[in-house]
Amino acid sequence: MPTAEPVETVERRPVADAQPSAKRVPDIRRKRGRRRDNRAAYAFLTPWFIGIFGFVLIPMGYSFYLSLTKFDLLSAPRWIGFGNYTALWTDEKFLQSVKVTLEYVAFSVPLKLAAALLVAAALNRGLRALGFYRSIFYLPSLLGASVAVSVMWRQIFSQQGLLNQVLGWFGVRGADWIGDPRFALWTLILLSAWQFGTPMLIFLAGLKQIPKELYEAAELDGAGRIRMFFRITVPMLSPVIFFNLVLETINAFQTFTPAYVVSGGLGGPIDSTMLYTLYLYRKGFSSLQMGYASAMAWVLFAVIGVFTAVYFASSRRWVTYAE
Amino acid sequence: MTEPAKETAVARERNEMATRTTAGRVTRQAPKHWRAHLVLLAGVVVMIYPLVWLVGASFKPESQIFSTLNPFPWHFTLDNYLNGWTATGTSFTVYLSNSAVVALCVVVGNIVSCSLAAYAFARLDFAFRKLWFGLMLGTLMLPFQATMIPQYTIFYKLNWVNTFLPLVVPQFLAFDSFFIFLLVQFIRGIPRQLDEAAAIDGAGHARIFFSVILPLLRPALITTAVLTFIWTFNDFLRQLVYLSDKTRYTVPLGLNSFIDRASGSSYGGMLAMSVVTLVPTVVVFLVSQKRLVDGVANTGIKG
Repeated sequence: MPTAEPVETVERRPVADAQPSAKRVPDIRRKRGRRRDNRAAYAFLTPWFIGIFGFVLIPMGYSFYLSLTKFDLLSAPRWIGFGNYTALWTDEKFLQSVKVTLEYVAFSVPLKLAAALLVAAALNRGLRALGFYRSIFYLPSLLGASVAVSVMWRQIFSQQGLLNQVLGWFGVRGADWIGDPRFALWTLILLSAWQFGTPMLIFLAGLKQIPKELYEAAELDGAGRIRMFFRITVPMLSPVIFFNLVLETINAFQTFTPAYVVSGGLGGPIDSTMLYTLYLYRKGFSSLQMGYASAMAWVLFAVIGVFTAVYFASSRRWVTYAE
Repeated sequence: MTEPAKETAVARERNEMATRTTAGRVTRQAPKHWRAHLVLLAGVVVMIYPLVWLVGASFKPESQIFSTLNPFPWHFTLDNYLNGWTATGTSFTVYLSNSAVVALCVVVGNIVSCSLAAYAFARLDFAFRKLWFGLMLGTLMLPFQATMIPQYTIFYKLNWVNTFLPLVVPQFLAFDSFFIFLLVQFIRGIPRQLDEAAAIDGAGHARIFFSVILPLLRPALITTAVLTFIWTFNDFLRQLVYLSDKTRYTVPLGLNSFIDRASGSSYGGMLAMSVVTLVPTVVVFLVSQKRLVDGVANTGIKG
């Protein structure tokens, strides 16, 4: 099982390796006491412990404290209780950034996963040159996060850009995609969908696990290709779809670079590309409202947590794990 | 794709062809899946065209960049590269070497610290193992933005802002738990009998780690190195936050400073330098694509 979801592997592991070691080796483990590796383990984990406390847990706590203060980095934080959190609800720009981000997530994630699944299904039919296609389709995923690709995207969708030239060929006069608040966010959504390579690779690995007999049996029963896709492929692949959905949603919430580069760091036109993290960055590092930005960070953290929890709760209804 | 499955699929299709062409005359074997290939190739063109266009445009004279769809330059010129290299006031040589230093340090840091942690999680039995492992998995989902502000204030107080230290030091402390997870998964696939044989011969954990596990871990370490390099080289937000002095700028920041200044003026230079910044990633990808693709498929990757 290539893409076991993390939680599952944790629980499965002790069962998996307890038996062989107990049988084959004369039980070293028991003789020296149950937790025989304490010292070695904590030695191996020393860097990780320093890291997790120094850069994750303590900063998270500190960030929560900061979120309850007014803090501009230069003077000491001033306690204001939940003032930052209540201020969020009346901050027009904040609400706009939430709206834009939800729209971005709601469209980019399904679009990306649909493209990934379709291409993976198309590739999984014993085609020649599979390696070639795989590599080409994966390449944008690797490059996608770079500033260079965002620069390129800006040129493609600008007023005299590549896209409008193609449209001009067909006699269509294209809009100023980047400069028009109606379309600007969609250029970012498209950029995200363009990077469907990573989930595609994961889908491909999952598709290979589906027993061929299922399709053969369905074919004998006269099922068409589309029916087989929805009745066999999708259910059999649902754990992998779930895994990709969680991962891509979390990633989408964190998108920063394209919004920053395409809008020149401002989130415009009229805040139509003001993704959440971009606003957080601007609050924290342009206007040095670090308390406010910390509150935003905690809200983001909570929202991602809620989304993940909802996914996991809903997964019981639609994710089928093979016995 | 398992070979036998492929064979049967193909055979089945051939049978179908045979029954359909009942005229008795065996016609030329129809190319297999030609429609699928046609659609996929169209997809490839759409996917790759922007990149091809970008490369072509970078070799065109400024006036022709937007005047033609043809990605190939008629009047080939290197002017964009020559002008772009120094157009931001600081040479791209500086940006590239800064990025190289940061990326290589991070690669070393990730390999060392993540493999140590992964060995403990995958092989050792210790108090609160489940708790710590769960915590490690939890940080997989933790957005960088959640700790960005407090981390910044910490580094600010340490006077590390505007140095490479905030970008590098956390990686020596196994900050990127994704790679711990990747390596844990890989170590679990190594037969335990190997460790146990070494243990019976009297090897301690340090010895087992260095002499047994590490050599076998090489493929996963290479995947780690490649992905770390590519992600660090292209990372923008962290470098944007921590580096403010132009002589410290990395490649993404250098490229970004084009956007600040060159609104309208030098598209050619900007596109040329975009190509330059993509080259290291593409080269690393071409060299390691097989391993990378398998690595992604087998772990499930962010990005």
